[in-house]
Amino acid sequence: MAATPIPLEAKGIKKRFGDHEVLKGISLQAQKGDVITLIGASGSGKSTFLRCMNLLEQPDEGELIVHNETIGFRATKHGREPADWKQVERIRAKLSMVFQNFNLWSHMTLLENVIEAPVNVLKKPKKQAIEEARALLDRVGLLERADYFPTQMSGGQQQRGAIARALAMDPEVMLFDEPTSALDPELVGDVLKVMRDLADEGRTMILVTHEIAFARDVSSQVIYLHQGVVEEVGAPADVLDNPRSERLRQFLAPKH
Amino acid sequence: MIDLQGYGPRLLEGALVTVELAVLSLILAVVLGLLTASAKLSRNRLIHGIGTLYTTLVRGVPDLVLMMLLFYGGQIGINMLTDQLYYAFDIDIFINVDAFVAGVITIGLIFGAYMGETFRGAFQSVEEGQMEAARAYGMSPLLAFRRVRFPLMMRHALPGIGNNWMVLLKTTALVSIIGLTDMVRVAAEATKATHEPFLFMLPVAGIYLLIASLSEWGFAKLSKRYSTGFGEASEWTN
Repeated sequence: MAATPIPLEAKGIKKRFGDHEVLKGISLQAQKGDVITLIGASGSGKSTFLRCMNLLEQPDEGELIVHNETIGFRATKHGREPADWKQVERIRAKLSMVFQNFNLWSHMTLLENVIEAPVNVLKKPKKQAIEEARALLDRVGLLERADYFPTQMSGGQQQRGAIARALAMDPEVMLFDEPTSALDPELVGDVLKVMRDLADEGRTMILVTHEIAFARDVSSQVIYLHQGVVEEVGAPADVLDNPRSERLRQFLAPKH
Repeated sequence: MIDLQGYGPRLLEGALVTVELAVLSLILAVVLGLLTASAKLSRNRLIHGIGTLYTTLVRGVPDLVLMMLLFYGGQIGINMLTDQLYYAFDIDIFINVDAFVAGVITIGLIFGAYMGETFRGAFQSVEEGQMEAARAYGMSPLLAFRRVRFPLMMRHALPGIGNNWMVLLKTTALVSIIGLTDMVRVAAEATKATHEPFLFMLPVAGIYLLIASLSEWGFAKLSKRYSTGFGEASEWTN
């Protein structure tokens, strides 16, 4: 056994919606401190792949191993399902997700959002959770907004709040699903700055994004997906600066 | 002071029966409503079918007819069952359908169907992303319902619940027909004996109004509570 367990490993993930095969066998291995960026055109399957990793979508085939724990599946007449939903809940708590539309719980203040899962899922004492949450909110520059509701904040603030909520779980791996795609251009920078900080401190991150420049800066590995297949994979310098395929070259070419 | 000719205490007892009946029926209706809404949103065809059958039947038949069916029909059914027990196992029991219990069950059943529709709309009003975040952070289905879906849907469900409650409250008057001594029945008896309808029916109307006004106040409070986080958007954004 390896000295440090691998935070997340996906092997041969396949997923179909009806007759359409969205993922045709994709694998990925995130070592501790890795920042893996998934890029590709819309419809390439990158978000579906990310959502398979915390089982918001059920992969039809393939294996998922989180921190040495293999997720068990069983066959049902509706297709494959996790054998033990308690295991899924436990694993999800280790893989915090940041959504494109933030999805902060709208009936809770920012602080309540951040302590919600630590208190009710991880069963942390409330006092400790509040202390930690305030430190995290300070870190993302939102301490003075702790008692605001999501509707009272801008998109960029909501997304930084959502990142604080993700960090409060002290996750094994953070999953980012197009975190800046729903933001006004002038708000993107603040969110990327927070994410860069996380990459610098050695957080293990898997990221779906259209921010190519950002991906080049922070990624340890870039995966280019096309129609459910990994077309190119490697260090950002190789994949983004010396693309081998014509398709990736076109994808990376500045749009006019 | 109005002279209620000795009927005052009985009228108050009747009012208490009305309130108890209404509150217990409401609780049953809310539980049934949540189950019905879940059933009608279920992908399982059988469960979905049962939910639809229930709401169609109950909403399509007059309340009074349903109440009679349940009260008399229920008694006949139970008698048949106890007869069978007697013949087959020599067990001799007699179960009397209690008018109060029958009233709660009937009114609960009727309004469960209406609540079901209210809750179904409210369930659907909760953005999928809110529940998805709950799942993604490791919440069990029950915890996600309790912490996220329920508080969010209440904002949409409360006006409907309040409306159903008002109608339910007045529907309780029907139980006087199956022999339950609520305040309407007391007033009707008193009117027959004294030929003074206004003397008794006006206080009864007043009590209904009082309960209704108190409920409106209560629902307004609840509504405010479940609206936290919504509505102040324009004031604060950016």
